[in-house]
This record gives sequence, structure tokens and C-alpha cells, in this order.
Amino acid sequence: MKQSIFTIQSNEKLTESVCKMVLAGDTSAITAAGQFVNIQLKGFFLRRPISVCDYDENTLTILYKVVGKGTEAMSQMKAPHKLDILTGLGNGYDTSVSGGKPLLIGGGVGVPPMYRLAKNLIAEGKHPIVILGFNTKDEIFYAEEFEKLGAEVHIATADGSVGVKGFVTDVVKTIPDYTYFYTCGPEPMLKALSDVTTTSGQLSFEERMGCGFGACMGCSCQTKYGNKRICKDGPVLVKEEIIW
Amino acid sequence: MVNTKVTLSGITLDNPVIPASGTFGYGYEFAELYDINILGSFSFKGTTKEPRFGNPTPRIAECPNGMINSVGLQNPGVEKVISEELPKLAKCFHKPVIANVSGFSIEEYAYTCALLDKEPQVGILEVNVSCPNVHHGGMSFGTDPAAAAAVTKAVKAVTTKPVYIKLTPNVTDIVSIAKACEEAGADGIALINTMMGMRIDLKTKKPVIANKMGGFSGSAIFPVAVRMVYQVAEAVNIPVIGMGGVSSAEDVIEMMLAGATAVEIGAANLVNPFICKEIIEDLPRVMEKYNIKDLNDIIGGARK
Repeated sequence: MKQSIFTIQSNEKLTESVCKMVLAGDTSAITAAGQFVNIQLKGFFLRRPISVCDYDENTLTILYKVVGKGTEAMSQMKAPHKLDILTGLGNGYDTSVSGGKPLLIGGGVGVPPMYRLAKNLIAEGKHPIVILGFNTKDEIFYAEEFEKLGAEVHIATADGSVGVKGFVTDVVKTIPDYTYFYTCGPEPMLKALSDVTTTSGQLSFEERMGCGFGACMGCSCQTKYGNKRICKDGPVLVKEEIIW
Repeated sequence: MVNTKVTLSGITLDNPVIPASGTFGYGYEFAELYDINILGSFSFKGTTKEPRFGNPTPRIAECPNGMINSVGLQNPGVEKVISEELPKLAKCFHKPVIANVSGFSIEEYAYTCALLDKEPQVGILEVNVSCPNVHHGGMSFGTDPAAAAAVTKAVKAVTTKPVYIKLTPNVTDIVSIAKACEEAGADGIALINTMMGMRIDLKTKKPVIANKMGGFSGSAIFPVAVRMVYQVAEAVNIPVIGMGGVSSAEDVIEMMLAGATAVEIGAANLVNPFICKEIIEDLPRVMEKYNIKDLNDIIGGARK
């Protein structure tokens, strides 16, 4: 974990409620896809935990959904506004167990961490299959970016306006020979995926957090491997340890 | 040169800054960020006789200038704390530590305190009769002078180390409870624990916290804490550890002027993990600014 000051380089809307922010700063504490950062916002007591979409040596990209007053304030910020950010939080995904053809399944605002994960897996010579789930056409974001990485991309929309009509699980059922799965999204989706998948996998969970770095026990959950803090021992849990 | 050293029941602290129980874990997360041996001491996560997972989530709700938590005393139980956590803690913190203890019966308080009393690392036992987050838990002992006195007596009977009773602000007359603890043999008083609070989500129209209510902390409660520390310090002749919304060196000095000998920092640690380090480093500057050469000179200064 590191605390440092980042400078907003750009902040734009991708859809009606999802924004993309690129920040310049020290990213050296970020070690894995699926980790998150915790952002201090003026006028709000608690920091806002947001998953890392991508990063390089000195820039950080986050995609966030406007869900309350904090993220609404973030959406109004412009370059070169400065933000105090804790980086390198959470365990992130372990790519060493993926096999050659892992599924990457993102639902809604669970899509962003899949981007860096896809990038890492491709760099490791693997062939990730990306499945993105949205409610409707207007809510789709980042599908082209995944395609540009060279990944096979499937889209499911609940209303059928793009891709497969239905849920990400409907797409998963049509893919016979995947080696592993990684996912992030709303909890009912994670549960459904845990049920339909035929391999092991890693699932990223959300919880209301106090500190985001393991001190307050605000976001604890019980697993088959004992009590875990979503912020520090998670947010990624393996399928076999989850108690639904 | 200014003097920041203060003494709690014969234990001299390099400075009065103490991270509060439940906001600092067992110190490891913070030891990754800075050398936590600069702290006066720290109060580790509240310990009970049996292991506890605590309350269902969500356990956290944001408030203006504060937060509500309803963790519910999650901890691995006193035996595991002693066998697993304290040896790890000893590697990153070399000063006497404050052991925070909770219980569901007088016997449990005594059992847990007796075990922790034997640990050489433990300098002070901070007995929490004030947790708002467990039903039939600590707070019921802290809302009645006779019950608080009974816990104090039972713990004192089985321990050799200084016993500080941590009080809840969720009472009509905190002074009577502090006095009852003093009469029962307490070596000091620590206050305040969190204030009972609640938030309701307008979208779901239900409480944000799964347990409905929780403990409100953060800078918003600082004035309440200063007032209660002032009232208690005036009424007792034992040292007081002041806490509640402290988040700057100025707040530390204000709390000491109200009567605190040492000061705990709670919720601020969760927002700025470096806050205790920053306060310790800033303290000499603020002391000089207000013409304070020795912190001991200002304890209870607002009453004089």
C-alpha cells in the first residue's frame, strides 16, 4: 500500500452513468489486476474504493459508476485536479492458475478489472475469452478496448439489444472448453456463475468498507478457509472457499 | 525543546498519541507504512473470551465528518490473540501495549483480563464496558454505575497491571459511572467510545447498517468527547485517556486541556493511515505555537 497524490489527466463519460478517469502518479504499489485504489474526496469522510482498470509506470486508469454523492463529485472533476489516493489495495487475481483458455466475465461496473487482467493473460501467451454483461445497448462500455487487445469478446444484454439476449451465464453455457474463470460483478451474477461454471475460478466481491486496508474489520466475510477481510484478504476469493 | 512525555499509572509514554482499539488492528497494516514505535502506545483490537465473527455486513455507513460502524467485536478470541497475534505484534512494536477487553458477563471479563495480564507486552488493560454493537454486551455494563463497578472489581481482583475502564457516552450521567469505577479500584478511565447512530438509505428505504444501528465516530463527535472528558477528569482523581474524533495535534492539546493525560486516535486512522505519525511530528510545532513547553503542564488546564 502506498499513499500518494495523483493528478487528473482526463475525466470523461463513457455512458450515462459510467466515467473514465486517467490519473498521473506513483503506481508502484499496484502489483496485480483486480486490485483497487481508495480515493479521498473533499467533503466526504470515507475514501471511495474503485477497482483498477489499467495502469502503467506513471498513470492509473479507473472506470467508475456514479452511484452516490461521492462518485457524482468525482464525475465533475477536471484536469489537473489533484487527489489523495491509497494504491495497491487488495489481493487481485492470480493468473498462474488460468490455463490456456480462461473466461473473463464482467458484469456492468465489474467490467473494468477484467481489462488489465485480459492484458496480463495475453502477455502471458494465453487466450482469454471475455464475456461482458450489460442491461442494454446504451450501457455498454469498453467492448472495443477488449477487442483491440486481441481477446475474443462476447456480449450479453438483458434486453437483447446487443449480442446474446440474457445473462453472462447464458454465454458461459455455450463455451465448452474453457480452462478457468475470473469474474467481477453484482453478487447474484457471481453466485449464478459459481453454479454454472465447470472449472475453478476467482470471483471479486464488493462490500462497504471503512479503511480499505485491513484495519477496521468493516468488510469481513466468512469463508470455508476462515474469516476474511474483503479489502485485504480479498476482494478476490476462489470459488471453492465461498459460502453463499 | 518541548517535552511530550506523559505518564499513565507509572508507564511513561514518549508522547500521548495512542491509536484506539478497533482502528489499528494489531498494528501490522500500519507497520508496513511507518515505524509504529514512534507511537506513545496503541490499543489493540477488542478481545473477548471466545472467537467472534461479529455482525452481518454492511457494517459501515458514512456520515458528515464521521462514520458509523457495527463490526461487533470481531476477534479470534483471547487464546489465539495470545498465541498468534501478540508474538507477531511483538516483532513490530516494542513498547508496552494496551490490551482492550470486552465481555458478555463479569466472569468473561475477568477470565480474559487474567490471561492478558500475564503477557509481558501488555502495559495497561483497557476494559471496554461500552461497545454499542453487541446485544447484551459491554454497553449494558457501562450504562449502570453498579454494573461498571462490579466489572472493575472483578478485573482488579485477577490482575496486577493498571486497569482503565473505557466508558460509553450513551448515558445520562457519565460522571457517576466514572466515579463508581474509581471507587471500585480502577486505575484510570478511557472515554469516549462511539455514540449510537443510524443512517437510512433513501433508495432502499432501509437502514444502511445490517444491524440497523451502530457506533458513530469521527471528527463530528469531538466536541461531545471534549465535554465528557472535562466532566470526568474534574470528578475523578485517576488519569483519563481522552478520545473521540481526535484528528490533529491541536485536537490532542485541546483534549489534554480538558483533562486527558493521553489521547487516543480512532476513526481518523481509517481515512489517513499516517494520521498518528503526522500528529506526533506536528505536536512540537503546535506546542511551540501555543507556548507549551511540557504537555504535563496543560493536563486539565481548562479547569484551572
